[in-house]
Amino acid sequence: MQRRMVPRALSLKAFLRLCLVPLVAVVVAFFLLPMVRLVLVGATGPLGLSAYAAILLEPRYRATLLNTVVLAAAVTLATIAIATVAGLFLQRHRFPGRALLVALLTFPLAFPGVVVGFMIILLAGRQGLIGSVTAALGGEKLVFAYSIEGLFLGYLYFSIPRVILTIMAAIEKLDPSLEEAARALGAGPWAVHRDVILPALKPAFLAAGAIAFATAMGAFGTAFTLATNIDVLPMLIYTEFTLSANIATAAALSVGLGLVAWAALATARSVAGKTVAAAG
Amino acid sequence: MKGRDAGRAVQGGRLAAIRRRLVFAGQLLFTLAVAAFLVVPAFLSILAGVTSNYFVGIRSGVTLQWVAQVLSLYGDTILRSLVIALATLAATLVVGVPAAYALHLRGGRLARVIEEVITLPLAIPGLAIALALLLTYGGMAEFRRSWLFILVGHVVFTLPFMVRSVIAVLAAIDVKLLDESAASLGASAWRRFRDVIVPNARAGILAGSLMVVTLSLGEFNLTWMLHTPLTKTLPVGLADSYASMRLEIASAYTLVFFVMIVPLLVAMQWIAGRGRPDGERG
Amino acid sequence: MNAHHGVAVSVEACAKTFADGTRALEAITLTIARGETVVLLGPSGCGKTTLLRIIAGLEQPDRGGRVLFDGEDVTAVPIERRKVGMVFQNYALFPNMNVADNIAYGLRIRGMPREERDARVAELVKLTGIEGLEHRRIDQLSGGQRQRVALARAVAPRPRVLLLDEPLTALDAALRERLRGELNRLLRMLGITTVYVTHDQAEAMVLGDRVVVMRRGAIAQVGTPREIYFSPANPFVAEFVGAANILEGHGTGDALVLPGGRLPLAAGARGGPLVVMIRPEAIRLVAAAGAALAGEVESVSFVGDRLRVTVQGIAARALVVDAPNTAAVKPGDRVGLAVPPEAVRVLADAPP
Repeated sequence: MQRRMVPRALSLKAFLRLCLVPLVAVVVAFFLLPMVRLVLVGATGPLGLSAYAAILLEPRYRATLLNTVVLAAAVTLATIAIATVAGLFLQRHRFPGRALLVALLTFPLAFPGVVVGFMIILLAGRQGLIGSVTAALGGEKLVFAYSIEGLFLGYLYFSIPRVILTIMAAIEKLDPSLEEAARALGAGPWAVHRDVILPALKPAFLAAGAIAFATAMGAFGTAFTLATNIDVLPMLIYTEFTLSANIATAAALSVGLGLVAWAALATARSVAGKTVAAAG
Repeated sequence: MKGRDAGRAVQGGRLAAIRRRLVFAGQLLFTLAVAAFLVVPAFLSILAGVTSNYFVGIRSGVTLQWVAQVLSLYGDTILRSLVIALATLAATLVVGVPAAYALHLRGGRLARVIEEVITLPLAIPGLAIALALLLTYGGMAEFRRSWLFILVGHVVFTLPFMVRSVIAVLAAIDVKLLDESAASLGASAWRRFRDVIVPNARAGILAGSLMVVTLSLGEFNLTWMLHTPLTKTLPVGLADSYASMRLEIASAYTLVFFVMIVPLLVAMQWIAGRGRPDGERG
Repeated sequence: MNAHHGVAVSVEACAKTFADGTRALEAITLTIARGETVVLLGPSGCGKTTLLRIIAGLEQPDRGGRVLFDGEDVTAVPIERRKVGMVFQNYALFPNMNVADNIAYGLRIRGMPREERDARVAELVKLTGIEGLEHRRIDQLSGGQRQRVALARAVAPRPRVLLLDEPLTALDAALRERLRGELNRLLRMLGITTVYVTHDQAEAMVLGDRVVVMRRGAIAQVGTPREIYFSPANPFVAEFVGAANILEGHGTGDALVLPGGRLPLAAGARGGPLVVMIRPEAIRLVAAAGAALAGEVESVSFVGDRLRVTVQGIAARALVVDAPNTAAVKPGDRVGLAVPPEAVRVLADAPP
C-alpha cells in the first residue's frame, strides 16, 4: 500500500476554528480584557465599589445624569416626530427632486460629532447664520450654540438622518392592502393613520428611538466642540479623567454610561430583530 | 343611495381633493425646512472655506489660500487618517471575513454569543472603550505613543460592521449550499473559502469595506482619548481647528474632510440601492 | 328564497392606463344586476383585479369611463364614501386589533353605538362560523379562519356591493375546495351584489351567476357557467374553462372534412373553412371499422376516475378523449371516435 506523501488537508471543522482565532484574539486582547480592567478600576478608587452607586447618590453626578437622560429623551421624541412626518411624505409621493431631497436628508449620516458641532456653530454661533438674521431683523444677535439648546440642535442634527432612514425603510414595508381595507370600511385619512399606519410603525419607532437615545447619551464629539461647560455625562467623564485625574470615578461613570446605552440598544434589538449601533 | 347623498359625496370628494393639496404643500414645506437645517450649515462651511473673509461675505472674493494653509498646518493629520483607515480596513478584512464565514457556517449558540460580544463596542461609548484601553495598555510606552494604539481602537470599533456585512451577504447567497457542492467536487476547506465563498461574498465585503473606511476616517470619540500630539488624526485636527483657528481655516479643513468622505457615502448609497428591487406600480 | 340586496352596478367604457404606460384595461362596459354574483375570470395580467379596484374606488378609470351604482355616477366618489365591502387576497386584517375589533371597525368608523356594534358583530360571527375566536389576535388564526374574519368585516357595515379579490388563492388546495362551498352558501344567503375575481375556473363555475372571461384587458365572453362551458365564443375561452379539442377543417354543410375522416355537424352549419371545439368527455371510443373518424392511440393516462387518451391521425393536433377508467385501450391501437353533432361547437374566430 502506498504511503500518503501529501498531508491531509484541513477538515472543515478545523478550518473554521482557525478562521475564528484572529477574531477571538483581537476581541479578547483589545476589548474584553480592557473592559474588565475598567470595571475593576472603577471599584478601586477611594469610594471602592460604591463608586458605582455614586452615579445615583452624589447630587452632582445625579444632576448630570438627569440632564443627559432628559436631553437624550427630548431629542429622541423630537427626532421621531420629525422623521415620521418627513418619512411618510417622502415615501407616499413621487415628484421630481424627491431623490435629491432624500439624499440631502441622509447625507450627514457619517459626520463625526465634531463636525456636527461645527455645523451648529455656523448656524447659531457668534458668526452664525441665525445671529446675522436676527441682527438684521433689528433684534438682538441670537447666539445659542454654546448652550444646552445648541447641544439639542446638534444631537438633532446627527439623529435625523439615521432615524429617517430606519423609518422610511419601515414605511416602505407597510402593507398597502391594510390601508385600502381601512379605507374600504370608510376610514378617512386621519383614521387610517391612527388605526393602521402608526400602530404598524411602532416597532420601527422603538428601534429607531432606542438607537437615537443611546447615541445621544454617549455623544462626546458634539458636546466637546460646542463647549466644555455643558453638563452632560460624557463631558463629565472626560473632565474627571483628564482634568481631575479621578481615574476610578471616570471608569465607574463610563461603565454606568455603557450599561445604560447597552440596555437601550438591547431593547432596540429585541424589537427590531437585528443588530444596531450607536455612533457619534 | 339617494341622489342628494350621492351629490354630497361627490362634493365631499372635491373638498377632500383641495385639502389633500394643502396637506401635500404643508408636508413638502416641512420636509424642505428640515433638509435646509441639515444642508445650509454644510453649504456655509464649504463657502466659508473658500471665501477670503467670511465676515464680509462672498464679495470679498473666492480663494484657495485657506485650503493651502490647512494642508500645510494639518497635512500630516490627513495623511495619518488615510493610513490608519487603510490599515484598519486591512485588519478587519483579514480578521473579519474568515470569522464571518466561520460564524455563519457554524451557527448555534456559540456563534450567536460571539456575535453579541463583538457588537458590544457599538453599544459602549467610545470614551469608555478608550479609557479601558488606556488603563490596560497605557503603560506600554512604545505602543502607547505609536499610531498602532489608535489603529487598535479603530479595529475594535469597526470590526462588527465588517462581520455583519459579510454575514448578511453570506446568508443571502445560501453559503451552505455552495460550500457543500464545492466539497462534493473534492475541494478542501481552504480552497472552497478562497475559490467559491470569497468571490461570491464580494458585495458584502465591498459594502463592509466602505463602511469601515468611512467610520475610521471620521472616528473621534475613541481617537481623542488615545491620541498624542504626534499621532493626531483628521477629526482630532478638526476639533483643534474649531477651537483655536479662525472660521475660514476651520471651514476649509472641514471642506477637505467632506471631499474625502462624500464620495465614500455616495458609493455606499449606490451599492445599497443596487440591491433594492424597483418600486411597484401605483 | 334569497332576497336581493345591494345595488345594480354599471361599468361604462372604463379603461385604465397606468402612470408607467401599462395599458391594463381596454374600455369595458358591463352591467351587474342587483343581488347578482358576477365572477371575473382570467389569467394573471388580464385586468380583472384592475376592473375590481375601479368598481371599488381604489383606482380611477381613464377619462370617459364611468361607474354607476343604481344609476348614480360614483366615479368621482373615493372608496371611503362608496359603501362597498372588500375582501383582499391576503385578507389585510389589522394586526393591532383582535377579531371582534376587526369586524367592528367599519361600524366604529360610522359611529354606530357600542351595543348595536356588539350585536352586529355577534350576528356575523355566528354567520361565518367563527364563534369563540372573538378575542383572538390575528396572528393566532389559521388561513381559513382569517378568510372568514375578512368576510365578516367586509359585510358588517351592510355594503352595497361586495368585492372579493381572489380570496381563496392564498389557501392550500384541499382547504380551498371546502371553503369554496361555504363561501357559495354564504354569498347566496347574503344576496348582496357581488363581484368576485379569480383565475380558478372551478371557483368561477361554482360561485358565479354569470362569468366574465377576460383576456389582455378586454372581455372575451360573458355568460352563465353553462353558456361559457358548452358554447364558448372563441378558442381562448374554450381552453381556459376546461380541456378542449380545437379542430380546423373544411366544412361541407353537414360535416367537417378532416385527415382522419368526416365529423358530422349539426344542421345549418355553413361551408368553407371552419374551426370547431369538442370537449374530451363528449367523445366516445368505438371500433375503428365503419367509424366516420378513425385514428391511432398515441398515449393513455390513468387519471383515477377516467382514462385520458390521446388519438393522433384524425386532425392536425392529437385529440384528447376521456374514456371510462376500465376501457381496454393501449398505445398503437386503431380506434374510431363517435361524436354527437350537438357536442360540436363552431367557434367564431381562428385559434390564436
